[in-house]
Amino acid sequence: MVVNVPLESQQKQSLDPIVNDFAFTMATQNGSGSQTANNVLVKSLFDMGIPVNGKNLFPSNIKGLPTWYTIRVSKDGYTARRYQTEVVVAYNTDTAAEDIAKLPAGGVCFLPAEWKWTHSRADIVYYEIPMKDLMAQTDINSDFRKRVETMTYVGAVAQIFNIPLDRIYSALLANFGGKAKAADMNMQVIRLTYDYFEKNIEKRDPYRVEPMNETAGKILITGNEAGALGALFGGVGVVAWYPITPSTSLVDAIITHKHIRRDEATGKETVAVVQAEDELAAAGMIIGAGFAGARSLTATSGPGISLMAEFTGLAYYAEIPCVIWDITRMGPSTGLPTRTSQGDLLFIHFLGHGDTRQLVLMPANPEEAFEFGWRSLDIAEQMQMPVFVASDLDLGMNNWMSDPFQYPDEPMTRGKVLDEEGLKDFIAEHGKWGRYMDVDGDAVTYRTLPGTNHPMAAYFTRGTGHNAMAVYSERSDDWVVNMERLRRKLNTAQALLPAPIKEFDPAKRVGIITFGTNEPAIQEARDMLKAQGIETNYLRVRALPLHKDITAFIEQHEHVYVVENNFDGQLFQIISLEHQQDIRHVHSLALGDGLPMTAHWIVEKVNEVK
Amino acid sequence: MGRTARTNKIGLSREEYKGGKSTLCPGCGHDSISNQIISTAYDMGIEQHKVLKMSGIGCSSKTPAYFLGRSHGFNSVHGRMPSVATGALMANHTLTCVAISGDGDTGSIGLGQFKHAIRRNVPFVYIIENNGVYGLTKGQFSATADEGQYLKYYGKNDMPPIDLALEAIIAGATFVARSFSGDAKQVQALLQAALHHKGIAVIDIVSPCVTFNNNEDSTKSYPYGKEHQISLHDIQVISPDFVEGKEEITVEEYAPDEVIEVDMHDGTIVRLKKLGEDHDPRSRLQAITSLERAQRENLFLTGLIYYEEPRPTLVETENLIDSPIAHLSDAQARPSKDKLDALMKAFQ
Repeated sequence: MVVNVPLESQQKQSLDPIVNDFAFTMATQNGSGSQTANNVLVKSLFDMGIPVNGKNLFPSNIKGLPTWYTIRVSKDGYTARRYQTEVVVAYNTDTAAEDIAKLPAGGVCFLPAEWKWTHSRADIVYYEIPMKDLMAQTDINSDFRKRVETMTYVGAVAQIFNIPLDRIYSALLANFGGKAKAADMNMQVIRLTYDYFEKNIEKRDPYRVEPMNETAGKILITGNEAGALGALFGGVGVVAWYPITPSTSLVDAIITHKHIRRDEATGKETVAVVQAEDELAAAGMIIGAGFAGARSLTATSGPGISLMAEFTGLAYYAEIPCVIWDITRMGPSTGLPTRTSQGDLLFIHFLGHGDTRQLVLMPANPEEAFEFGWRSLDIAEQMQMPVFVASDLDLGMNNWMSDPFQYPDEPMTRGKVLDEEGLKDFIAEHGKWGRYMDVDGDAVTYRTLPGTNHPMAAYFTRGTGHNAMAVYSERSDDWVVNMERLRRKLNTAQALLPAPIKEFDPAKRVGIITFGTNEPAIQEARDMLKAQGIETNYLRVRALPLHKDITAFIEQHEHVYVVENNFDGQLFQIISLEHQQDIRHVHSLALGDGLPMTAHWIVEKVNEVK
Repeated sequence: MGRTARTNKIGLSREEYKGGKSTLCPGCGHDSISNQIISTAYDMGIEQHKVLKMSGIGCSSKTPAYFLGRSHGFNSVHGRMPSVATGALMANHTLTCVAISGDGDTGSIGLGQFKHAIRRNVPFVYIIENNGVYGLTKGQFSATADEGQYLKYYGKNDMPPIDLALEAIIAGATFVARSFSGDAKQVQALLQAALHHKGIAVIDIVSPCVTFNNNEDSTKSYPYGKEHQISLHDIQVISPDFVEGKEEITVEEYAPDEVIEVDMHDGTIVRLKKLGEDHDPRSRLQAITSLERAQRENLFLTGLIYYEEPRPTLVETENLIDSPIAHLSDAQARPSKDKLDALMKAFQ
């Protein structure tokens, strides 16, 4: 629903400075070079020590369609997307009218002077950038000129809001991998615009940034890069994939960084990355690799998940480790391929025909993406199951401020694999070995890898019915016994799955449950609710099947809100499924609108349903 | 008792290369191929633990359970065996992979994976047990059935066949053969050569379905195969162990234009003695022409259709370490903390 009454950002028309607490929208055309401009602004603000986020709200298009990028600076450290931004850079004639109309009173609009637009709103500040004239003053080759035009707004924004040019320049250098020539060309445009604003334009708005010390030691990174690094530090050996937005950059990052795993003596690789012909093949490859003993992963999104259903169902049943990252995007089929969503949760949890209950990890930030990157591979091998990692476009493709990642604090655990000696010992102890014999009572059985030099080591892996000896069986009792063991495996898995993050005070009567990237919006919303007198507890689910603490949390509150970024309330549905007791006090707050969630929406909804 | 079983060079009897009891129909061509695999592995003294058996879904794909019982096997998903084999071989490229598929598995649902595995040159032996019919679903035509063929339940086949040997050559396979499950000697010779090949080796074996497609007029039947098979060559595979003394094992003297010697990368020689047809498998154009002619003139040509010096395998393209990725040491699998710290600096 559209919100007409801005809550916190309806600023009075005064020049009382508003420092480090506002948001920008850059409205440009896709493929116009604005990505560099926006990255440079985010990096400059980050380097100034100001908590900042950047969210790319982009179209499924290579060049020409409208694209928006929002940047929020927050002295209080809020990193969720803001529902409304005070500043717009209107560089796209197709959307400018609407972009300007969305500004709150007291807002600021930058636009190219040569448009010669009338200033339709009296309650905002306009700054006109003579883009064409400034560009004409540069000595930039016409081949490049179009691509650096967006740097004019970097210069204007820097001057009006107080971003030092040296910060801008070092961000440019970082962006171009230290190449001074490219940085200098862009800097020329920025400096010209900056100087023009300094000499000719009077500042008439209250917004400005000031250096802080809140980002020291922190990093800026996307969740896909974080996940890729996690996988590399988790010993991934075979990566198979088929390109699909928004997962592609995860595998790209593995390719970029896999040299850290290269064998120094021979220059040979310890990570195979195979671009498959489709997601069916990608799934087949990682399952083949997992069966043969390598740690394997694929990264995909909803449509790819659909194609992996048969294979991952087989892997669940044949008990083969592998990891599948779902960088979730919006909707079925093409849907909104460049918009974020948490709409695959039910699908991946139950993926496979027959009875399946897949393990799912749900990272909320880059640190967790890194941690789950290696941990998922550990869990997959220990449980001999596929492990899904439910990320999303917001985490995967946007730059997030993060603490540096913790080196894995646990040694790698390869699970129950018997080599020749292990097999001999096993047979000595148990009289025989069967692939699916549950001798430890934890439902996890011992496997051998192809290549094991022992006459009893081989077994035949199949999706068809089998008994504990891995022998073909169509007997009902064999089937049931096996399914019961697979179900018990899920209990064993609980000890390995990340427990929920919980903030609990027994005095508070309202609880909020969520998962993944809604966290920043929820933490901000909790502060806003607190200001309204609604104190809340918080629980963030980090894995499926659900942890038992969730039941207690539900029982401990008079009202529980399950907040998630999909249309049907899928986590709410899973909670409902797992709780036979009365949960009428649990409310689903689900919004699947393709955008990262805002605190504003949560507060509004809680007020509606309380 | 008292009779000692014959054993091969690693001291195993042929019996020890068998698998479980077949559940296919008595007389099935596929069982005959399983037998040739058993014999070939026995004759070559293959260590079974170094073999990986792969298959998709269908009658043919059941057969890895019936041979080489001491080898790991994976009966995977319909038409997607090639991807599973690819992943397994990326995990452990020191394994010898023998993969079984059928004409439904490869020619229809798996045609894409078939061609892409070839394109990548994944090093395994890809056997298609081709009977032109879907057996487990009771007798539908497959995509390799010849035009005009007749089946009891489905009447006449109006579609032209997909020639999987031709598809393999077009996709870039460097070893392509066709055979007939009724010709045990040829199947064994081709298997032996294929096992020496570096890269993907495709063998399309017409293997009659005795239940649904074995009428005399079926081009995939025993009677038809026995009557119409035209072997391109008499095949002799001389493994490197014997190459030095190859003169001694030559039992006949051939005129130079009667014999083609194909030198394989590991020193194996495949000696092809001409039998009427003019066919040099080292020419891609001639291989394609022969297959075209076979289809046009309804000839059942068998033998080594095409061979070329192997392209780099996927293992080489990926520049993988010599030892299996499945057995990385902890140090190989997890870089040091210093490396993580350096990366973190780069993201600051």
